[in-house]
Amino acid sequence: MKTYLPAKFIVERDSERCIQCQVCVNQCTFDTHYYDGEDDIVKNREENCAGCHRCMTFCPTGALTIRRNLLEYRENYNWRPEVIEDIIKQAETGGMLLTGMGDDKEHRIYWDHLVLNASQVTNPSIDPLREPMELATYLGSKPDRVELDAKGRLKTKLPPQVRLEVPVMFAAMSYGAVSLNVHHSLARAATEMDTLWNTGEGGLHPSLYKYGQNTIVQVASGRFGVHQEYLDAGRVVEIKIGQGAKPGIGGHLPGGKVSHEVSLTRMIPTGTDALSPAPQHDIYSIEDLSQLVYALKEATNYTKPISVKIAAVHNSAAIASGMVRAGADIIVLDGLRGSTGAAPKVIRDNVGIPIELALAAVDTRLRQEGIRNRASLVVSGGIRNSGDVAKAIALGADACYIGTAALVALGCSVCQQCHTGKCAWGICTTDLSLTKRINPDIGARRLANLLRGWSLELKDMLGGMGINALESLRGNRLALRGVGLNDNELEVLGVRVAGS
Amino acid sequence: MKDLSRVANPYNEGKVVDACSIFGMMNTWGQRFSGKDTIAAIANMHDRGNGMGGGFGVYGLYPEYAEYYAFHIMYLSQQAKTQVEAFLNDKFHLLHGEEVPTRPVAAITNPPLVWRYFLEVKPSRGDGQEPDDYVVDRVMEINGIIEDAFVFSSGKDMAVFKGVGFPEEIADYFCLENYEGYLWTAHGRFPTNTVGWWGGAHPFNILDWTVVHNGEISSYGINSRYLEQFGYKCTMQTDTEVVAYAVDLLIRKHKLPVETLANIVAPPLWSAIKRQPPAEQELLRTLRQVYGSLLMNGPFTIIIAHQGEMIGLTDRVRLRPLTVGEKGPMLYLSSEESAIRLVCPDLDRAWIPMGGQPVVGSLKKPLVPREDAVEAY
Repeated sequence: MKTYLPAKFIVERDSERCIQCQVCVNQCTFDTHYYDGEDDIVKNREENCAGCHRCMTFCPTGALTIRRNLLEYRENYNWRPEVIEDIIKQAETGGMLLTGMGDDKEHRIYWDHLVLNASQVTNPSIDPLREPMELATYLGSKPDRVELDAKGRLKTKLPPQVRLEVPVMFAAMSYGAVSLNVHHSLARAATEMDTLWNTGEGGLHPSLYKYGQNTIVQVASGRFGVHQEYLDAGRVVEIKIGQGAKPGIGGHLPGGKVSHEVSLTRMIPTGTDALSPAPQHDIYSIEDLSQLVYALKEATNYTKPISVKIAAVHNSAAIASGMVRAGADIIVLDGLRGSTGAAPKVIRDNVGIPIELALAAVDTRLRQEGIRNRASLVVSGGIRNSGDVAKAIALGADACYIGTAALVALGCSVCQQCHTGKCAWGICTTDLSLTKRINPDIGARRLANLLRGWSLELKDMLGGMGINALESLRGNRLALRGVGLNDNELEVLGVRVAGS
Repeated sequence: MKDLSRVANPYNEGKVVDACSIFGMMNTWGQRFSGKDTIAAIANMHDRGNGMGGGFGVYGLYPEYAEYYAFHIMYLSQQAKTQVEAFLNDKFHLLHGEEVPTRPVAAITNPPLVWRYFLEVKPSRGDGQEPDDYVVDRVMEINGIIEDAFVFSSGKDMAVFKGVGFPEEIADYFCLENYEGYLWTAHGRFPTNTVGWWGGAHPFNILDWTVVHNGEISSYGINSRYLEQFGYKCTMQTDTEVVAYAVDLLIRKHKLPVETLANIVAPPLWSAIKRQPPAEQELLRTLRQVYGSLLMNGPFTIIIAHQGEMIGLTDRVRLRPLTVGEKGPMLYLSSEESAIRLVCPDLDRAWIPMGGQPVVGSLKKPLVPREDAVEAY
């Protein structure tokens, strides 16, 4: 069938600069560039271009420019090009539309409507270059009070706590979805920066066990790679109920991505599809969740916090309250803009709620019920920079997960082709010829640099507010003001309008 | 489930930012003395206030009613008084009530009506609550529900006198030179973002705890949200109340010692905790982990007092001043040393404590042994 789909991008090659070196041909995984030996010229198949910028970045003579193909459809706000092209794709394939990364629609990004406070006159701002500034964060359940004996010695013993030097962790991305070199980069950076990275649900490769003290091991609906040594290796065990990119939907790692190494780690035969069911088939209710939480606590001898991750949905607040009462030590909320290696497009773009609103609602609810101390609150889904982190903490989060931002640090240009397995940057693929494009030494350095930069910025923002410990920002919604939000939004966020 | 947004802040006001003078003096033998020196000392720091609030806390004030809760209540309307008195009669055994004596002072305009009541918690009320908890709840009810009424103080054998004006004018208005106590605290206020109101002056009080405060608590947002979980209602439109409630929660309800309180509201840095011996490390770490939301950040000096004890404390990097003076059994705490020297020129000792280091004066540990050990307090 002839496709009616137009090319998304135009590849401009400056013939004055092009030296026919074919770097672009070798770098492109979408077969956009090809070499015509007869004419000794490099040519394009523009319809294949994903706009990932790999060729542009590596072209030694700067001969390439990638532009949007600005198609001149007749203007129609309802029948936009994306809508038309989605219909064309389905008419030609008869399938569900798959996509990668997170929701790319124009749902309101509340971070951009929140602004932070700073000290002027009545309290001094603090210079983090000269004064101590504390970002240390402990994740885990805390009691409501501390008891001392008659001699002033500590009687209260805390449940397991995990210390983060920076309140930013790397989000769950499974081995299989991303490459082993990505896992190595994340694990090493987390270890260097004293924070945590998350295995995702694909198990932990044997070469990564040595980073266990900085690892969150995930237990998800497929139970891939879950065994005693795996649970023992991690610092935190996370039960994954849902994911912001695809609430209510399971996962499917195509057999083509299940290489020998992936098969060993996932404990499934090479080349078989790895299907993660939509629900965990032993959790059909909150009491079932409680059983799994305590089964994992028993299995790890009450030495590790148990985290439970859900997608942010309409009644997250009530669900989160139930999760705390079910024994979760850490609650993870993954918002509408959370990313994925592959998801049905209609789910990614239409299901779930923005993380800012979910976070505010959950934090408020747990406080109303007097159980906020009993669990730490971690949020993810579209956290882009340290400003977002600071605002999330002020709304009530203990820490944030970053997934996409971490991948961008490694080279990802958010071209949304994760589901194709052809990632030209060698991130979201298990093709060995591509995965070697990520050098773990360089990858770890780029990731650690990102966290270092964000730490410095967080300290600057804290100092500007005249506070020197992150605890004093956490849940301190007076540090925020809303701009351009309506009364209902302000009420849910628990934030006052700027100027009031 | 509590609707925190309704009870917590009916005026939807933000915190009030203050700069101030604070002063406290205590006879650690428990001997009572008049307010003359305290008034002189706080008046000496006149320029640290702007006439928008002054107040005094006095302990050992009502020995004849020492067993009864002394409520000092401010009324903005006659109707409020009728309502509150009906409420008190219903909820307590009301032993005695009278208007707090005042004299006209030129600078004090439009003062509210201030009454004091001596109350007993009825043993037969049958809710099983501790009397102190019962009193706290009733105070929260009056402040939160009854319009135009505000409880200045609610402890035994103590009271708070406060209002809008310079502290020396407030002292004059309430005739404080006629009262005696063994512990006096005082405050002159310089609010920077609100009109002064009588309830908003310091000291802040709950039961017999009072707090006077110089500075701004930049962590107010989270401190108040944390305390609201425990039923405290932050209604006074100022950040100082969180100190009073935190003290009540930690010392009275959670039964933690004063030094521990200091390690919670002005804790050592993580790097300093690391240098402690293991047991101490664990204690300090646990306190920060559990009570991180009560860390009070930003510049402050506070004087906390309750029956038999006076505590001075600055924030952990000491962004506001505090000077300590000692003379025999007398302990002085002040924003400025000059105020202490004015009333006690020949101090035995004067010093400036480290940030986050509490200075404690206590009847149980007098500064010097009593000469007349017979006369027990």
